[in-house]
Amino acid sequence: MTRPIDQNLDRFRKIVKGKVRQNLRKYVNHGEMLGRRGREVVSIPVPNVDIPRFRHGNKGSGGVGQGEGELGQPVGRGGEQGDGPGQAGSEAGRHIREVELTLDELAEILSEELELPNIEPKGKDAIRSVKDRYTSIRQQGPNSLRHFKRTFKRALKRQIASSEYDPSNPVIVPVKDDERFRSWKTVQEPQANAAIVYMMDVSGSMTDDQKEIVRIESFWIDTWLRKQYDGIERRYVVHDAVAHEVDEDTFYRTRESGGTRISSAYKACRRIIERDFPPDEWNLYCFQFSDGDNWGEDNDDCLGLLAESILPVCNLFCYGQVESPYGSGDFIRELQRIQEDWENIVLSEIESKDAIYDSIKQFLGTGR
Amino acid sequence: MSITTHRPLPTQIREIQLELEEVAAGYGLDFFETVFEMVDYEEMSMLAAFGGFPIRYPHWRFGAEFDELTKGYSYGLQKIYEMVINTDPCYAYLLNANELIDQKLVIAHVYGHCDFFKCNAWFSKTNRRMLDQMANHAARVNRYVERYGYETVERFVDACLSLDDLIDPYLPHIRRRPAEQTRPERSLDRDRDEDGNDGSGKFAAKDYLDPYVNPPDVLREQSEKRREKQKQAEESRSFPERPERDVLLFLLEHAPLKEWQRDVLAIVRDEAYYFAPQGQTKIMNEGWASYWHSTIMTKHALTDAEIIDFADHHSGTMATSPTRLNPYKLGIELFRDIEERWDKGQFGPEWEECDDLETKRKWDKQLGLGREKIFEVRRVHNDITFIDTFLTPEFCAKHQMFSFAYNDVTDYYQIASRQFPEVKRQLLDNLTNHGRPFIYVKDGNHANRGELYLLHDYSGVELRQDYARDCLINLQALWGRPVHIETVSDDMPTVLSYDGHAHEVAVK
Repeated sequence: MTRPIDQNLDRFRKIVKGKVRQNLRKYVNHGEMLGRRGREVVSIPVPNVDIPRFRHGNKGSGGVGQGEGELGQPVGRGGEQGDGPGQAGSEAGRHIREVELTLDELAEILSEELELPNIEPKGKDAIRSVKDRYTSIRQQGPNSLRHFKRTFKRALKRQIASSEYDPSNPVIVPVKDDERFRSWKTVQEPQANAAIVYMMDVSGSMTDDQKEIVRIESFWIDTWLRKQYDGIERRYVVHDAVAHEVDEDTFYRTRESGGTRISSAYKACRRIIERDFPPDEWNLYCFQFSDGDNWGEDNDDCLGLLAESILPVCNLFCYGQVESPYGSGDFIRELQRIQEDWENIVLSEIESKDAIYDSIKQFLGTGR
Repeated sequence: MSITTHRPLPTQIREIQLELEEVAAGYGLDFFETVFEMVDYEEMSMLAAFGGFPIRYPHWRFGAEFDELTKGYSYGLQKIYEMVINTDPCYAYLLNANELIDQKLVIAHVYGHCDFFKCNAWFSKTNRRMLDQMANHAARVNRYVERYGYETVERFVDACLSLDDLIDPYLPHIRRRPAEQTRPERSLDRDRDEDGNDGSGKFAAKDYLDPYVNPPDVLREQSEKRREKQKQAEESRSFPERPERDVLLFLLEHAPLKEWQRDVLAIVRDEAYYFAPQGQTKIMNEGWASYWHSTIMTKHALTDAEIIDFADHHSGTMATSPTRLNPYKLGIELFRDIEERWDKGQFGPEWEECDDLETKRKWDKQLGLGREKIFEVRRVHNDITFIDTFLTPEFCAKHQMFSFAYNDVTDYYQIASRQFPEVKRQLLDNLTNHGRPFIYVKDGNHANRGELYLLHDYSGVELRQDYARDCLINLQALWGRPVHIETVSDDMPTVLSYDGHAHEVAVK
């Protein structure tokens, strides 16, 4: 049956995909929908199209909220406020609730939205592990596996059917036939280990906004890869002219300055791989984020290192270049030169927050 | 069209409805006949996307909304429990996947909304037969689509929608312009100027003081100025006389549109006016409905077994967050506060003037006027007057309200104040015109070249520039001639212009 909404829905999808009305493409936005994971709020990429209206900008705006907090404490970022904070809408009366999400669900949503393919893990045939999963029910089994609820229900049913059940004295006595037990199935699972090495340029030219982009993007990459592999190891490298291996927290917070030598990060990456992740046992993913402003004479070193010790061993090498108001952004052109020789290298330019989802799609859309 | 044909409610739900309807009426709630229907989530999303109506004119934004709602539901992010539309009879939709306890709560909630729709003064002018009207709009737009092509009409609708909040929400309640007949009388009065002087500009004075009170050279200068002004006024072909808030009406009357375009614009304007009071009374409407679902459920409808589920659902609806005031929560708490104050007689000059906190805390004159008062409040107020009249410093402190402001150095919104006057001012600011800019038509014949000149009544917050430019493009498409808007940009008075080819920004 066609519904009155179908025509509109169809039209909307065409607009989002850019098949019609290309001038509306610039109003397509992502991530208005919010889910919550623990205490963290995550936004889920659901495309919508804005209609431009006369609106107030951020500057000089404000609102009213409720709760604890000292004066001056930040309550939200600019730009995230959509229609302006604390707004009463003109929609008819609706009743909406937010629900919590698990990481797995997030990953599923992500894959659905971005149409990401599942990854074929390396070493799938070689390494298998056997696992028991308690997913079914049997009539026999040890008492320790007795399924109390099912047993009770069957007993209750039987007693009601045979009119033994007395509501004023609701005693249920299960007999042998009522008993049900949990049971297992043995499943073979591919044992796949994966490791991610994140590298970020923290030279003076990277601003907070750009680091925010890196943070969001790595969150989603993490979420996705975690769904694909059982265990996942992560390593973080920050670099300016020299590289340091750091922990996750530092990775997102450091602010350093100075020149840029990308080869230093590659050397650190090589060290980590050699030390922790023998390539024949691990699926390796390298993600590098930079504004592409490398020291000119360093470029040849970089390409050499990549070709010798990184690209041959990793599933995927992704380079994301965030647009910088200062940098020249040359480095991506250097990598483009070797892109043809290596099929596991993916390059992406991330101009703004809105481009993050496209970039994730580029990175992970290869299914490697 | 399966949605509009009435499907009988399951007996169980029907019984609950009858029971709760009686309880609600017993409390004095006054509502139109209310028709409940059970729908599945797809139908609910479709109705919600259409603003509550089964049929709307074709437009992609309904599809966008539908897409978001169904996705949100299937990802488990959000759920619409119920929808009510302001018509006579009132139609309310229940989600068939709701638990029975949720249905009870939602039905009680709906009766609160229905009473509000019928009794609140701001809804008194809305078209209660909007169901037919919307279907009629759809038929008209569909006809234009057939005749002029989908994309042509769609582009035009997009342009109209981009301006659809430039209306005068008070227009239905006030007569802004003098009716046509009064004009001749005004022209008789023309000799007298606005201050009611006789034209000579002289102040009354005794003879011997006259040369001092009315120095001849000043008089001469003034009369010259007046003549100049009058001459300007007569030569000027500027209109309207006073800045016009209803930009859409102005466009309808003066823009060189084709007949079908004029009709589409009229449709968009009509619907904007229909939805306006819902925006003006969001806090009150939700607060009132929540007050009644909570009262009816806790005093009548709940069984012992349901209390936990009720509490869970109710508290979910009332949840607050730092950046978004929950209208349900604010509304219900204010209504309860008013009820308590009028029950205890905590109002009037005596209460205002009392500055002994202890006396105030124990103040209870046992008047019992609370219920009566909140019924009166729901009849006459809208969100702005509601907050303005009944928000008290005690209430603000109790509910830990604060105001926050944008800091353009850090790009963060930061808590700015917990002082009552500041919180109240900020809240009223956000509610006034929904926190959107006030925009007027200043001149429909700017520079005597038929250009449209809008005025942004700047009150401390600047326009979002990229959107403003795109709006100008859409406005120009309707007006045909160059369009301008006077605003403030980077703290400088600025005029943004678009002439059909290029944008221009001029510091004024």
